Parts: sequence; C-alpha cells; structure tokens
Amino acid sequence: MIEDMTSTLDAPSSNAGGLRDRGAASAPAHPQSHEVRLDAVGRSFPAAGARQVVLREVDLDLTAGEIVAVVGPSGCGKSTLLRLIAGLDRPSAGEIRIGDTPLRGTDPRTAVAFQEPRLLPWRTLEHNVALGLPRGTGRREGRERVRELLQLVGLEHAATQRPREVSGGMAQRASLARALARSPEVLLLDEPFGALDALTRLRMQDLLLEIHAAEPTTVLVVTHDVEEALYLADRVLLLRSLLEDSSSGSIARTVEVPGDRPRDRADRTLADLRVELLEGLGVHG
Amino acid sequence: MSLESIPLPTSTGPATPESAPTGPRTSALTESGRPALWDRTGVRLALGAVLPLVILAAWQIVTATGLVPAYRLPGPLAVVQAGAELAERGELGLHIAISVQRVLLGFAIGSLAGLAVAAVVGLSRAGDALLNPTLAALRAVPSLAWVPLLILWLQIGEESKVTLIAIGAFFPVFTTVASALRHIDPHLVEAGRCFGLRGWSLFRTIQLPAVVPSVVSGLRLALAQAWLFLVAAELIASSMGLGFILNDSQQNGRVDRILLAIVLLALLGSLTNALLGLVEKKLLARWA
Repeated sequence: MIEDMTSTLDAPSSNAGGLRDRGAASAPAHPQSHEVRLDAVGRSFPAAGARQVVLREVDLDLTAGEIVAVVGPSGCGKSTLLRLIAGLDRPSAGEIRIGDTPLRGTDPRTAVAFQEPRLLPWRTLEHNVALGLPRGTGRREGRERVRELLQLVGLEHAATQRPREVSGGMAQRASLARALARSPEVLLLDEPFGALDALTRLRMQDLLLEIHAAEPTTVLVVTHDVEEALYLADRVLLLRSLLEDSSSGSIARTVEVPGDRPRDRADRTLADLRVELLEGLGVHG
Repeated sequence: MSLESIPLPTSTGPATPESAPTGPRTSALTESGRPALWDRTGVRLALGAVLPLVILAAWQIVTATGLVPAYRLPGPLAVVQAGAELAERGELGLHIAISVQRVLLGFAIGSLAGLAVAAVVGLSRAGDALLNPTLAALRAVPSLAWVPLLILWLQIGEESKVTLIAIGAFFPVFTTVASALRHIDPHLVEAGRCFGLRGWSLFRTIQLPAVVPSVVSGLRLALAQAWLFLVAAELIASSMGLGFILNDSQQNGRVDRILLAIVLLALLGSLTNALLGLVEKKLLARWA
C-alpha cells in the first residue's frame, strides 16, 4: 500500500519549478484564473410532503488563485455545493457565474476530482490522465502534457499500469492529474483525500500545495477534516445543516486563515482556529 | 431457444462449459509449481477425447456385429463414405459453405442490430419505455413462427434464412448488453460527463468499454442461437445447406447422411465457438 515514499516527496517539488517555466513559455493560452461568483444560490430536493432544502442563500466569491475549503456536518450540502459549481447539478434558486458567464452544465473551465478516483479500469494511468485533456488537443502536445502531469504527481514510473494495479494513493494522484490536464481555472475537490490512510493524506495535502504553487488555479476543496482545511486554505467556509436550523442561510461562518503556505501544522493560531471551527461543528473540547 | 441461460452481465466466463480449455480459468498450481494433473493441456486434451472414442468404438461394435440393423444405424465408416461420396460430387463443400455463410451473415447482422438497440434501450429511459414491451413480446415468439411470414415476404431465397438467423442472434446480444448498460457504475459516467464527454463520445469512451464482458458473452450465446436458427430455416425451405441434407435424407431414409450432417454441425459449431473464444480472450485482456 505504501508506495515509493521518497520519490513521491522529492520528485514533485523538483519538477514543480520546471513545469511553471514550461507552462509560461509553451502555453500562453493558459489563462489567468477566473473568479467564481455564487449569488443567493439555493438547492432543494422534492421529499415526502414538503421540499427538503439542502442549501439556502449561499453568497460566495472565489478570487483567482485562492484556495477555499468547505467544512460542515454531514448532510449540510457541502458536496451539493461542489456539484452545483461543477455543473453536475442545477441550483433551484440563485445564479452561479464563472468569469463573466453564467454557468450552464459542465464547463471546460472547471475540473473535478472526487473522493473515489473514478479511473477507467481498462485504461492505463496515462490514458486515464489523457481523458482530462481539453477537446482538440494535438496528439503530441497531449502526450507531452500527460507526461508532465504524471511527473508532477510523481507517477511517471506507473504511467503504463492499470488502476487496479496501483495503490489508493496512486490512483487518487492520477485522478488529480486528470483534473489538472485541462488546465482548469477552477479546480473542485470533493473530499479528495478522505478515503486515504492518514500518512498518505498528509503527503497528498503537500502535493496539492506544490501543484497549486506550480499552476495557481482557484481551488474549492470540500473536506470533513478541519485540520486539512486550515492547512490548505486561504479561507474556510463553515456550512450549517438546515435540518436543525430551517430559517437561516447555509453559510454559518467564514474564517480567514492567517499566515502564508506552507503552514506549520502545529501553529498556535491554527490550533485556536481549529477549536473554534470544531465548536462551530458542534464538537466541544 | 430459451433465454434463461443468459449469464449475469458481470460474468466473463465462457458461455459453454465444454470450452473450458480456452476459457479464462485459473489453473491450480501444485507445490512443485507445475499445474495440477487435471490442468495440464495434454492431459485435458486426452481426457476430452476419451468419451468420443468410447462412443465411436461402441458404435462400431454394435453395427459391425449386426446388433443394430444398418438401415437403422449405419456404421461409422458408412458415414465417412457418405461424406466422401458427397464430396466427390462437389456437393459437400457447397452445403457447408452456404450454411456457414448464412450463419456468419445472420450472426453479424443480428448482433450488430442487437448492440444498437441495446444501446438505445439500455442508455435512455425513453427508449426503454418505448421499445422494451414490444421487444419482450417479439422475443416470446417461437422461432418457427416467423418462417411462413418470412417466406411469403422474402421468398425462399437467402434473405429469408439470413433474416431468421439474424432474429435468433439479435436477442441474446440485446438482452445481455441492454441489462449491462443499465448497470454501469454511475460514478464513471459522471466522471466522463465532467470531462466533457457527451452522447457518442461518452458511449465510445466509457459505456461501451464498460460492457465489453457482457457483449462477449452475448455474442457467444448469439452464435449458438445462429446455428439453431440455421437448421430451423434450412429444414423447412431450402435446396442447399446442412439442414437441407437433414431434411432430404430423412425423406430418402439416408441415416448415414443424417448422421454426417449432425457430426458436421457439431464440428462447425465447436469450431466457430472456439474462434469466438480466442476473440473473447483478446477482448477481455484488453478491456476487462
């Protein structure tokens, strides 16, 4: 289960700089990250009797290049929020804009990585990553880009392996590379490391920050792990469950996380924020 | 013509157990690292030949000793002679060729149509609601019931026979593939949609590869059905083919030729099934 650890930790950081240079030189088309704007977004589902409201009055602006984490108790609609922005679901109220245009269905400017890797079992890792390439990418250009991405996530040695031949962590890294393949302006991560063991999860968090440094896109990450949220994000959004409180909006709090990344996991202020957020989630120390 | 034996969509095993040597069976290894006695290829071939040889010997004995009169059961040699005689007149090759051609044509047309309709029914709820009741009713029609209609519409030419065989090959492919398409992991399809796959590209990239094992088992059942429907078609209205030999020989009391046709059907059926087994192995290694 534990794959070659040293190469995982070293390879991406040494490649990150190179990729940034190449990105600037060879891909002038890679645009600046846009912002995402949610305006009074709500989502309700038909249920027995009345409609069940999952999200209400969500106002949210994501600035370009920002990392925002969404935490909240289960059933608070955090995955629904992500699916709305991914275009996999439509809001019942309000509007979502990406850049200057309202969102209509899935959008080539967004990319999603799910809690499960969702790789095609019959394709090798490199062909799975290639699935994420934008339509109309040239064959050679595409191959080059896939190679870069596999290097970035430290999977170049496993390029020709099938998903069932690699560990969960490796599959999740391939899934991340697939999402990055379209050079998304907005990267949406739905509990991306939730199914991984604790050690792999910490390494994946560092990998995500390295990738973000190399290709600074806007990132929205849904997580149930408050520490992960504080380690990764510029801002943490705390959602409340509407089952208990049926009159207010979904966003209970927004917490600006101080300090530049990479952060010290043992930092004093982060520890205080953690207690605050956990109290917000109804966990008392 | 019963469809009860259709395996589950997840089944990747051969549709017919007698083809086990070509099927994806994992062999048990003994402690010495060699395959167990029953799994060695030579042993398997030898064992598989035991029963046919015993039957052949018994057949020879009961006919040579006069235990069964020759007009009821001619000896093995008489059957070979009947074959040689037909071959000399240049008829045997023709009968075999026309039957094989009908089976392959009908099989190809029927399974392609089955695949296409399965895609419509398995992937769209509207298609399912619209077509499924009709198809279920058509499937319930016994094969021979089509014959008079096909003969009136298409005459006693190749079209009526190939059409009947295509009907036979259609349903196994349609049933297995439509059901497999309904049960594809929705997570994979959603991931595909996320990366901009729609319609045909989604089908080609995710839905079709995901059901390859079911397509393969559907094809194997369809092939067996194609041979079944071939005989049904040729028994009733034909002037050539193995079914014609059967029918013609029954009227002339040529038991040797009937046996010849039966043996040929067994050999040809096994041969095409084995060829499909090779294709199956390739496909499953690539897509499963």
